[in-house]
Amino acid sequence: MKFASFYPASPLPGFRLALLATLAWIGVIVLLPLGGVALRSGQIGLEGMWNIISQPRLLSALKLSFGLSFLAGVFSIVLGGFVAWVLTRYEFAGRRFIDAAVDLPFALPTAVAGIALTALYAPNGWIGGPLDALGLKVAFTPLGIFIALVFIGLPFAVRTIQPVLAETEVELEEASATLGASRFQTVTKVILPPLIPAALTGLALAFARAVGEYGSVIFIAGNIPFYSEIAPLLVVTKLEEFDEVGATVVAVVMLLASFLSLFVINLVQAWSRRRLGHA
Amino acid sequence: MPESVVHREPVHRDRDVARESRRIERVLIGVAIFILALFFFAPLAAVFYEAFRKGVPAFWKAIADDDTLSAIRLTLLVAAIAVPINTIFGVAAAWAIARFDFPLKSFLVTLIDLPFSVSPVVAGLSYVVLFGSRGYFGPWFAAHDIPVVFALPGIALATTFVTFPFVARELIPLMQQQGVDDEEAALTLGASPWRMFLTVTLPNIKWGLLYGVLLCNARAMGEFGAVAVVSGRIRGVTNTLPLHVEVLYGGFDLAGAFAVASLLAILALVTLVIKTALEWRHAEELAVKRRH
Repeated sequence: MKFASFYPASPLPGFRLALLATLAWIGVIVLLPLGGVALRSGQIGLEGMWNIISQPRLLSALKLSFGLSFLAGVFSIVLGGFVAWVLTRYEFAGRRFIDAAVDLPFALPTAVAGIALTALYAPNGWIGGPLDALGLKVAFTPLGIFIALVFIGLPFAVRTIQPVLAETEVELEEASATLGASRFQTVTKVILPPLIPAALTGLALAFARAVGEYGSVIFIAGNIPFYSEIAPLLVVTKLEEFDEVGATVVAVVMLLASFLSLFVINLVQAWSRRRLGHA
Repeated sequence: MPESVVHREPVHRDRDVARESRRIERVLIGVAIFILALFFFAPLAAVFYEAFRKGVPAFWKAIADDDTLSAIRLTLLVAAIAVPINTIFGVAAAWAIARFDFPLKSFLVTLIDLPFSVSPVVAGLSYVVLFGSRGYFGPWFAAHDIPVVFALPGIALATTFVTFPFVARELIPLMQQQGVDDEEAALTLGASPWRMFLTVTLPNIKWGLLYGVLLCNARAMGEFGAVAVVSGRIRGVTNTLPLHVEVLYGGFDLAGAFAVASLLAILALVTLVIKTALEWRHAEELAVKRRH
């Protein structure tokens, strides 16, 4: 392609400078390093990569990370959808304060969240103590990882569902009620279906974040191999054992998982644009 | 908070067919508040409780410790490098994307969002692969006595990676909504490109820019995973605040770890307050939807 045809017809200045700066910035900060990871992992060949991926300890960590991230994502969507409903539909004292607080996990450094959750859910903690008396251990078990991932995933769920809920027309619910539907039927047949694309997007976002999450998880996880060891921790462990290639192979598997969830997000949004006229 | 600046009104209804009874409504509100208290307020309260558990003097001792002060300095320095870089390039990217049409534009937008989908530890690892002692460029930098990994440049690069999209993804939708009329008018009236940018574009996007910078800064100061991989955690030298929290916690100095953590929690709270104030007062001058 000739640059002349590439150059847009616009009276505004600075296109070439801005685009070149953007490309240089993405290239140096993001693409070059990620390319390095892919290249390094590839240097041992597919068979070598498979030998690393099929190590039982890594497989167990990947299974734990993917499985718990999915479960935590689904749980976040249910809880987050409920919170979004209360925030958009009901007026109560402190509503806007609560609404602002939903973003806390985005603002709180993950290491702080990690040690705070551990203190809360440890056997001598405020929440962990009573649960321990009931025989339920949270900290240093997969359940603790699940709690940390829900903490991280909840704002994604609330913030993707909330705007769609705010746009739904109450008239539809009134029509449904007038036509004789019970409130339960209205909720399940009128309110919930249009929320499905947003819920799936929120799930994919929460999942992608949870799979790579490190800081808020490693403190509460206990990091016991074959039991509560997550995949991102194995990247760090392998690096500390000077197994750089092994670390890059784990990284590539995690990258593929997050690209897959990005792809799913795009598919869901394209589908919902076609079906429902909004993303 | 003044009631005049209502941010988002809940749906109002005069008929009751499409709503729950008052009693059910109250129960649902109570359950939602309980969920948020359990997941959000309890951890926050735990940080401050643990930080002051051994009294205010112990808290100050942990904060005034040389290693803590050095961690504060390094954290501020790293943010002072990563945030301006991502701000300048974020504005450039938003200008190119929101003001011009060109092939593969949506692909470029996807690339800008990419760092949000990459695990922080993978981001850190990627710089070790490039600049580590056995990395692709590591030997060259070592030969020229430029330390990257286990030093400030590596920490700053990893932080730049994870905070990469914040400014651009706030500005792109905002500038697309605002359109080009103001800027074309300025040019028609004879303004130079720089004058147009400084007197028309910048004032139009200032609140959105501040919003992006705010989120970028919070993440830059709080980043843990990416920095943990490249820092080497040398106490008093390459420890940022979040890493220092981990080092203290790992050394069973819980009071110290939570004291330092409380500084980061305050940073998070201040960020949330400013962010919320921006959303309430300048909702029109921010990108419509709050996305992350």
